[in-house]
Amino acid sequence: MKLHEYQSKQIFAKHGIPIPKGRVAATANEAKAIAEELGGRVVIKSQVLVGGRGKAGGIRLAKSPDEAEDVAAAILTMELKGLPVRKVLVDEAANIDSEIYLGITNDRAARKPVMIASSEGGVDIEETARENPKAIVRIHIDPLLGLRDYQSRDLAAGIDLPREHWRAFAGIARGLWQAYKSSDANLAEINPLVIADKRLLAVDGKMVIDDNALFRHPDLNEMRDLDVEVEAETEARKYGLSFIKLEGEIGCMVNGAGLAMTTMDIIKLYGGEPANFLDIGGGAGAEKVAAALRIILGDSNVKAVLINIFGGITRGDEVARGILEALQTFNSNIPMIARLVGTKAAEGRQILADAQMITAESLSDAAQKAVKAAKGA
Amino acid sequence: MSILIDKNTRLLVQGITGNEGLFHTERMAAYGTNIVAGVTPGKGGEWVLDGKIPVFDSVRIAVEARGANTSVIFVPARFATDAIFEAADAGIALIVCITEGVPVQDMMKVRNYLDQKHVRLVGPNCPGLLTPGESKVGIIPGDIAIQGNVGVVSRSGTLTYEVLYALKEVGVGASTCVGIGGDPINGTNFIDVLGMFEADPHTEKVVLIGEIGGSDEEKAAEFIADHMTKPVAAFIAGRTAPPGKRMGHAGAIVEGGSGLAADKIEAFKAVGVPVADTPEEIPALLTG
Repeated sequence: MKLHEYQSKQIFAKHGIPIPKGRVAATANEAKAIAEELGGRVVIKSQVLVGGRGKAGGIRLAKSPDEAEDVAAAILTMELKGLPVRKVLVDEAANIDSEIYLGITNDRAARKPVMIASSEGGVDIEETARENPKAIVRIHIDPLLGLRDYQSRDLAAGIDLPREHWRAFAGIARGLWQAYKSSDANLAEINPLVIADKRLLAVDGKMVIDDNALFRHPDLNEMRDLDVEVEAETEARKYGLSFIKLEGEIGCMVNGAGLAMTTMDIIKLYGGEPANFLDIGGGAGAEKVAAALRIILGDSNVKAVLINIFGGITRGDEVARGILEALQTFNSNIPMIARLVGTKAAEGRQILADAQMITAESLSDAAQKAVKAAKGA
Repeated sequence: MSILIDKNTRLLVQGITGNEGLFHTERMAAYGTNIVAGVTPGKGGEWVLDGKIPVFDSVRIAVEARGANTSVIFVPARFATDAIFEAADAGIALIVCITEGVPVQDMMKVRNYLDQKHVRLVGPNCPGLLTPGESKVGIIPGDIAIQGNVGVVSRSGTLTYEVLYALKEVGVGASTCVGIGGDPINGTNFIDVLGMFEADPHTEKVVLIGEIGGSDEEKAAEFIADHMTKPVAAFIAGRTAPPGKRMGHAGAIVEGGSGLAADKIEAFKAVGVPVADTPEEIPALLTG
């Protein structure tokens, strides 16, 4: 789950990282009032979960409260990459001398957090990694020990940060580590971290929270921005379903993520396009299956549904009952192709056969039948 | 004829009195797995499976009383990390964590701690292990595989069943099937298991089932080229997965242009490992 800039920076500030004075506003009037409070020049920044806000005109400078009002009014009516701007952050403008990058993320291969610093701030770190890898320094953090101060000094020295800033830099690195750790982040990033009026200041921030850890962060869970996902994805999450909307015409309901991806791949192999990824998960009962079918059939692009269940935790008879239950509440004439194998699959197949559903033996057979049904519809 | 688990496995089930724990304990016992104890804190003294399996309050007490050498974890995600640490500290040498949804920062701590203690963890977010005819630790349906000489290692659950089933359909059996799990950070990875299969005299061929995300498949390809004499066939899920989206498994995500299925397929083909287009094609690749 991605957090907005203002949310990330508030978390940073809690951990002692200096951020510009400022507040978030939902109307141009509020933006003006904040600009008056701050006095002087302000930056109006759209709070939308997309990259490249600046280039798209979503970040602009204002020299007076009146100008702040006008700029905020303009930005608040924008859409950035299809997402509406609902809030702007009004920050005191900084007199930036230089920009650096500081971030922490999970290094899958090393199985440790990695802190990354770069002398080139304000640009995407992946771009720097491609264009000028020498500008980047990485250190791995022992998850059991945490960040050590010498590691922060090594980073500061590695990016040629002037010595007078090392102490402040170490404090910010420690704060960022704490923010990452205490929020269960997958990514905590200050970009840029600037030197302004001889001080270090976190001008922009970004955090991505581990969805699996949200159970212990109800406060962060509240911050979820539902604009970034389609309604069906929000609905699916309520039922504990893993769902991703795609552009094709064959709806998929599969148990297990690997098998769900494979089902999509095989649909494509036989000339169809998957309409979604949907993993009903382990131990999915009838209610969950019914919800999954409702969500799939709610997509008007869907011309056929392929149900592919290999029973382990999930029991075939429960799946079959779920399918029938869903069909009763949802008067649909979309063709459905079902393939059940594994735990209690024979019982499940029988239930579906009795209900006149198309059944298939193999995955390839099921995919071919689904592609044919979708084209015939 | 196996790796990791066999007839000598003395299994402990953590979370044995929960719904899933009990359901699969029944199935594992029916398969013939030697389940010596269960643990549910607060339920010590109870018995499950018609009085056949004693329940203890802690792993330490269960190990002392019943001599378990392997543990399987069915507890909910918020308690799973603690369950892994508890098993490791009680001297269990092989821990299999079925639980899905363990926070990744927890797993980084677990992995770094277990590496220091030389304890092997399989999973989390995995279906577990199956040595057909001998022992089943986890949730892989026992009747979809037969004894044989093919080692199977996979990041997936049901997709693994698909492959075992396809092998069985043509009369090919498995030595051991290892589900390493779909999380970005897990206890055991491909090259650990490939090394074990290479050393196992009863494994003659290997099937590797990978998916998008990370670079474990690329490392496996390198390992196969440098260290393996036995033939390997592969399957990679997620060719049609859009970038930046987590495809169900926490670890299945294409990020910053890395972790693509195409790159993994290319890595295997470059070292002479055939890659199947569908799971059903795998048996033919092994015999061909």
